[in-house]
Amino acid sequence: MRFVAVTSCPTGIAHTYMAAESLEQAAKAAGYEIKVETQGAAGSTPLSAAEIAAADAVVFAADVEVRERQRFAGKPTISAGVKAAINNGAGLIAQAAEAAESGPAPEPAAQPQLASKVEAGAGPGTRLRQWLMTGVSYMIPFVAAGGILIALSFMIGGAQVAKVVGGGDFHGVHYAGITDPAQVLSQAGIGGVLFLIGSTAFKMLVPILSGFIAFGMADRPGIAPGVVGGLLASAIGAGFLGGLVSGLLSGFVVLGLKKIKVPRGVAGVMPVVVIPLIASLVVGLAMVVVVGGPIASAQTGMTNWLTGLSGGTAWLLGALLGLMMAFDMGGPVNKVAYTFGLAALSSGNTTMMAAVMAAGMTPPLGIALATVVRKHMFTKAERQAGQAAWLLGLSFITEGAIPFAAADPFRVIPSAMIGSAATGVLSVVFGATSQAPHGGIWVVGLVGHPLLYLVAIGIGMAVTCGCLLLAKNIGRAKEPAAQRATVSAETVAA
Amino acid sequence: MSELITADLVDLELTGTDRAEVTGALARRLVEAGRVRNLDGFLADIRKREEQMPTGIEGGIGIPHARSAHVTAPALAFGRSKAGVDFGADDGPAHLIFLIAAPDGGGQDHLTILASLARRLMHESFRQSLLDAGDAQTVVEVIKKEVFGQ
Repeated sequence: MRFVAVTSCPTGIAHTYMAAESLEQAAKAAGYEIKVETQGAAGSTPLSAAEIAAADAVVFAADVEVRERQRFAGKPTISAGVKAAINNGAGLIAQAAEAAESGPAPEPAAQPQLASKVEAGAGPGTRLRQWLMTGVSYMIPFVAAGGILIALSFMIGGAQVAKVVGGGDFHGVHYAGITDPAQVLSQAGIGGVLFLIGSTAFKMLVPILSGFIAFGMADRPGIAPGVVGGLLASAIGAGFLGGLVSGLLSGFVVLGLKKIKVPRGVAGVMPVVVIPLIASLVVGLAMVVVVGGPIASAQTGMTNWLTGLSGGTAWLLGALLGLMMAFDMGGPVNKVAYTFGLAALSSGNTTMMAAVMAAGMTPPLGIALATVVRKHMFTKAERQAGQAAWLLGLSFITEGAIPFAAADPFRVIPSAMIGSAATGVLSVVFGATSQAPHGGIWVVGLVGHPLLYLVAIGIGMAVTCGCLLLAKNIGRAKEPAAQRATVSAETVAA
Repeated sequence: MSELITADLVDLELTGTDRAEVTGALARRLVEAGRVRNLDGFLADIRKREEQMPTGIEGGIGIPHARSAHVTAPALAFGRSKAGVDFGADDGPAHLIFLIAAPDGGGQDHLTILASLARRLMHESFRQSLLDAGDAQTVVEVIKKEVFGQ
């Protein structure tokens, strides 16, 4: 049998090591193998992911919190004080053997293991991917819960529920919106409440993505600057691409700050106060001052450009809107296209609105299709996100594609853009119209030429799926299946 | 780096009967050897650690220790008590007492040495040779041999 153990004590100069020695002796005497990580003052060699994976059970002999405990999630575990290990190493080893026999209490796959931390020593490409996957794995539950609740709210309350709660125009009716959440149930019904909950979950997508990318890179001190950066990315309308930037930036800033040598008196407050403070400030300034301005002016520029084109070839405009809708899925470019569609709708041009909505439905649907057609190309977490993406896509919640786009932007985004462009063109060519600004399949009654409209969406979906599967083959024809498997095993069950 | 332990830092005939008394006696040796600057400050740090959880270990061992700003160089003072001194271990008083002084902050080298000392303590043979040692110099040699492999 093989075990791993972590020992730690308050001072970290004596008991940590005595406990380690005691466990090693006891394991040896009982004929077992053990690897001990001594989290003491003399520094420790961390257990490798492979050693943890190979262990039959885990022993914690610790009087202070075990660092990075989540590495051991799902393993049969024995926890004791450090003295128990020193005085009775053999007893703990016997307990560990017993725990290993009876196996982990919950089934590992069913456990909500949120962390997919990054293996040390991986190549830069793999590490970047694992950082992004960490952020994505924490974000997926928000996408799934929020998206499905919003879709349910459309089914129950009709698609206008979004405007009833949030304010705005829907099918010629103006809604003021409801500012007091306590009034939502009485004024908008259960559908309104579901929409409120779902849209609140959606507000967390970018902050969580950003915060946990930074967490994957720099551990706990990364979370605060990452979340703050993500909130600011949302506030300046930078969307999930802004969240990727703020997350990576936070991670790098914190990693840099951790390298600074400080006196031991200050070291205690570094991860809790100093690092989050400085990193939040740096990342926040970057998002507000450096990123915010250009995004706003770029949006203005794109809006003017689109308006200038609006007298031109309609199908070309449909293609362009399609490309934009899929580019950042709720980000600044997507917003420009959507707002253009809304403006067209309010001036009576329902064709552009139809193209915009169809193109926004295609990315999640196309990706969901891809996860079904070629299961092995996707991690388990991605396949689960794919199941939710069907409903989100049908409901015109383009954000359903973000988990995929954030984890692998260079393959997913172009594929989604091509498919959405195809849908945009076809929707215009088929002469489809939409009286509704959102709602997807749930407002098909307000769509002109609904059958052809669905054909346009279906074709775009197939195009996205095909492009994505091709793209996934580029550059990783033989991506080690084992590596993807470990990532998936550790990522969230959505 | 100076020697972790010298014959001056060994007391084979500890007379004290309680924790404070024996740690005080051993700490004074550290002060005389120039390893600790401020006796009271150092003892306060030791007490603070002892209050968190007694440092007695089964097998008749007490290891009062601290990382303290009052320590100038890492050092170990060793005392042996025939009567035994209670260090809070479940199986009775400690006969072998190791007072470990580590400077606050600073390099990793001496911490690694202390770590390997702590590991040796878990070996029955090491404890027995300390119990059997006839004089201070023998104790120093046993520790050097076990901890440094010299």
